[in-house]
Amino acid sequence: MFIRPTAALAALLLASAAPLADAAEKPTDPQIAHIAYTAGTIDIEAAKQAIKKSKTKEVVDFAKDMERDHEAVNKQALDLVKKLKVTPEDNDTSKALVKAAKEERAKLAKLKGTAFDKAYIENEVAYHSQVDSALETLLIPSASNAELKSLLETGLKIFQGHEQHAEHVAGALK
Amino acid sequence: MRAALLPLATALALVASPALAVTIEVTIDKLVFSPASVEARVGDTIEWTNKDMIVHTATVKGGWEVTIPPKSKGRIMLKAAGAVDYFCRFHPNMKGHLEVSP
Repeated sequence: MFIRPTAALAALLLASAAPLADAAEKPTDPQIAHIAYTAGTIDIEAAKQAIKKSKTKEVVDFAKDMERDHEAVNKQALDLVKKLKVTPEDNDTSKALVKAAKEERAKLAKLKGTAFDKAYIENEVAYHSQVDSALETLLIPSASNAELKSLLETGLKIFQGHEQHAEHVAGALK
Repeated sequence: MRAALLPLATALALVASPALAVTIEVTIDKLVFSPASVEARVGDTIEWTNKDMIVHTATVKGGWEVTIPPKSKGRIMLKAAGAVDYFCRFHPNMKGHLEVSP
């Protein structure tokens, strides 16, 4: 249960690295903005599902924290691209992220009660960990605009915080 | 007797706590408490200024918690002496420390 989403995300990061390497070696700022925004949107969607389905206070509270933080970060991202006159550009990494998230949501939709809670939180740990490494190894080093880079760096700290928060909640569910 | 003692007690109270109590500022910027470690005395107030776009907390495990909304402030008056570690409940990678003397 824990391995599948992690493996899917790892595979997509590897798979998405290849076409990007062929094209320009690294994603452009419009692509990076799109990937970061998409990653946030995916976690908001996951949070909404958990708020609807879970009956465990810790899980619902955590999901609300995720929804609130990622909406704030995405708002900041939108403000920044507007200011920089950058149009976020869809790309293979964003598409792969959306596809994997859709599959994960469908999988979680079939679960109930404790099984749902555990699967959601475990996926939150794995998802944030994957996004953290994508930010660290690909997105932050590739960003050329200083303000975009700075927002991604703050985003990384927030995501790392979320990963630890998710680990705490996972520990409390056991 | 009592009438004579009252002004003295009032004078002592004025000197003892409010005059010495201070507000100590801690800034939160990009998920970092700064300064990370603060020395204070019982009666002092810690005031956190959150420059981030997201809400944070200053939480002592099994103790008090202050919520600090985005682009806003939160404060607490220190009531007990001792050393305490605090963290943000939403982002546990944010850590701070207080040394509170009597």
